[in-house]
Amino acid sequence: MPDPSGPDAPRPSRTRRFELKTWGPFIALGILVILGTLVNPVFLTPNNLVNVLTRTAFTGIIAIGATFVITTGGIDLSVGSLAAFIAGVMIMVMNALQPAGMAPLSVVAIGMVAALALGVGAGLINGLLVTKGRIEPFIVTLGTMGIFRSLVTYLANGGTLSLNMGTRGFYRPVYYGDLFGVTYPILVYALVATVGAVVLYRTRYGRYVTATGSNEEVARYSAIKVDRIKLAAYALQGACVALAVVLYVPRLGSASATTGLLWELEAIAAVIIGGTILKGGAGRIWGTVAGAIMLALIDNILNLTGAISVYLNAAIQGCIIIIAVLVQRDAKGRR
Amino acid sequence: MPDVVLAGRAISKSFGQVQVLFGVDFAIRRGEIHALMGENGAGKSTLMKILGGYQPASAGTVEVDGAATVLRDSGDAERLGIVMIHQEFSLAETMTVEENIYLGREVVRHGFLDRATMREGTRKVLAELECPVDPDARVGGLSVSEKQMVEIAKAVSRDVRVLIMDEPTAVLTGAETEILFRLIRRLTAQGVGVAYISHKLTEVKAISDRVTVLRDGRWVETRPTAELSPDDIARLMVGREISDMYPPRLPPPDDAPTVLAVDHLSIPGWVRDASFTLRRGEILGFAGLVGAGRTELMEGLVGLRRRTAGEVRATGVAEPIRTIDQAVAAGIAYLTEDRKGKGLLVDKPLTPNLTLLALARYGRIFVDRAAERRALVAAIAEHRIKTADLDARVASLSGGNQQKLLIAKTMQVEPKILIVDEPTRGIDVGTKHQIYLFLAAFVAAGGSVVIISSELPELIGLAHRVVVMRDGRITGTLSGADIEENEVVRHATGLKGAHADA
Repeated sequence: MPDPSGPDAPRPSRTRRFELKTWGPFIALGILVILGTLVNPVFLTPNNLVNVLTRTAFTGIIAIGATFVITTGGIDLSVGSLAAFIAGVMIMVMNALQPAGMAPLSVVAIGMVAALALGVGAGLINGLLVTKGRIEPFIVTLGTMGIFRSLVTYLANGGTLSLNMGTRGFYRPVYYGDLFGVTYPILVYALVATVGAVVLYRTRYGRYVTATGSNEEVARYSAIKVDRIKLAAYALQGACVALAVVLYVPRLGSASATTGLLWELEAIAAVIIGGTILKGGAGRIWGTVAGAIMLALIDNILNLTGAISVYLNAAIQGCIIIIAVLVQRDAKGRR
Repeated sequence: MPDVVLAGRAISKSFGQVQVLFGVDFAIRRGEIHALMGENGAGKSTLMKILGGYQPASAGTVEVDGAATVLRDSGDAERLGIVMIHQEFSLAETMTVEENIYLGREVVRHGFLDRATMREGTRKVLAELECPVDPDARVGGLSVSEKQMVEIAKAVSRDVRVLIMDEPTAVLTGAETEILFRLIRRLTAQGVGVAYISHKLTEVKAISDRVTVLRDGRWVETRPTAELSPDDIARLMVGREISDMYPPRLPPPDDAPTVLAVDHLSIPGWVRDASFTLRRGEILGFAGLVGAGRTELMEGLVGLRRRTAGEVRATGVAEPIRTIDQAVAAGIAYLTEDRKGKGLLVDKPLTPNLTLLALARYGRIFVDRAAERRALVAAIAEHRIKTADLDARVASLSGGNQQKLLIAKTMQVEPKILIVDEPTRGIDVGTKHQIYLFLAAFVAAGGSVVIISSELPELIGLAHRVVVMRDGRITGTLSGADIEENEVVRHATGLKGAHADA
């Protein structure tokens, strides 16, 4: 193109045009909040909002990890099953330690470390199969999804693994406790999202994640160790799952074959609603946060109004996902 | 004017606030080959896309057979017999050659695909192009030049009255170009009008009847080709004299040390037993036919491709080079021939592209965005990259400016050895000249260059020595007066040199 500015040097971008693609998730979230307030005044009470956000934290944290994996051009379907598996193993570890007369703090701490190690380990296995094994991420994680789900069913012998009472009482505040009215899960979620945003937007690793998903060959030719970048993304996803489980276990104190069911779809939905591109190369952490909260709010609003059946929740969520993608495609420019 | 099949009258085009065409006239007559010339960014491709129905004009009219016509999309144009062959391939990679050629206009009989008829049609058009690809082969597995031939086959297998070709020979070998030219002449003899974009002056001189030159989106000249010399055309395109296309060649001093030694390198499937050395201050050319293994040798050398034997050593570096990081650390940078596929993230802005290779220099963990910004401003000034907006996406730059950005990206690691692969492919004369000056300045400052090029004049004009490859082997190294066209071609085709045909 001829230089439109004539002999002048190029200018830094003029006033940025308003982009629906960037702001869409946040506008939609705002509309949802207004809608909720109109439907039922209870919606906007701190109590209700804290409750909703606390429950969002599990899939919300997992979705932060999913944003990284999807931005590299991959996908991880195994997160829901992995959550159940980690929860089962964590409960068994803690139950085994408690009769040994160990202090509850140590029991829980060791359980948490075990959970994190298992999460990162499982992520590394997914990542290695994708990178060294050269298998499509969809296939790899479809496989491990089945494996983890089956393992937790086996460990629970088809039933439920329950945390011993002593440990449960000690561990309970991690989910139910709060700081100035904000529960720990919300605080951890906010922290994970902030760290995720800083890593994706400000660090070298984040730049490499985006470059890998944008065009893997260009990344490789730019001396980027593409395999390591991807491997780290899957490990990060595993760590996020483990963190979510650490917050989840004290809530019910049990794990079964149905723990974390469909979490993978909720996480992926949050990522997509948030504006991250499914084929990779463009990730939006805060969009993912908005997406996860939106999904939880829909559920909450339906509960608060009697007008629409709660059973239609999934249908409405489905519509939102499809609309989100349509809006993004339109904003991207018609072809 | 009689016999004009397709014309643009006073065509203007703006993208947002940027106007790229200013009232341009362009007409294609029956049976003529009308070349459209201009530097990158002159507006050639945009004009052709408007005539091909891919984009609407902002002002002006498109006339088909003398009547003003609105082409709403390329389908409209194709129904009128106007077919465009793009610079970028529009082939479905996972489908077969035959399926691609008939894509969107499959022959159907009784509700089922009539494969026999399509097979016959495919064979016929491929035979016309003397293109020995299997109609059942998947397009993804074809070489770049074969894909180009399939693209052309797809176009000419339609009832075409006007054929618009955007740099069709950029990836073709000399022999394939000849075949294409014969086909084009056959088509024009049947009355087809051809619009032909190319940067190759000699080619335009050889094939076209008329030439239209655009500069900065404006019409400059339309003349019968016979009245213009290649120099005239170049002058019209650039708008000034290009006196010396190639900068003066300063030979490296006799005691210039060897900076790179490649020993018995083998790349499975491509290169056997290649050895050469590079000295400080030297420009070493690599000549050969497409597929001779030059790109693969260089990619193997810098660690981007698996190799089975051999060693690469850079002076002053203890360890032999095996991986791309080691190559970069040793001061060796490779500039790929595949700008859009392997060189640049075209969907991303300029800054992340500029710093991607050298990102470690912008912070170990956190990226210093202010420093990146400064680097971009400096690179734009140094390499004269034309962009409307510092935050523009790479895709919005013209090919020449993308190439300059790719060079700037490569230079970010401050290499001592620069390996450039077809650095001027698909680039206008002015930018070519700028790249030649850049390479000459680079070696004058103590750097060394390996340049792969399929344009012999370029190697003859720039290189101190020329290595010729054929079928994965080095057949000879020419220097001094031996660097001339015949000698290179004899080595490249196996008439002369090591491993020559008996």
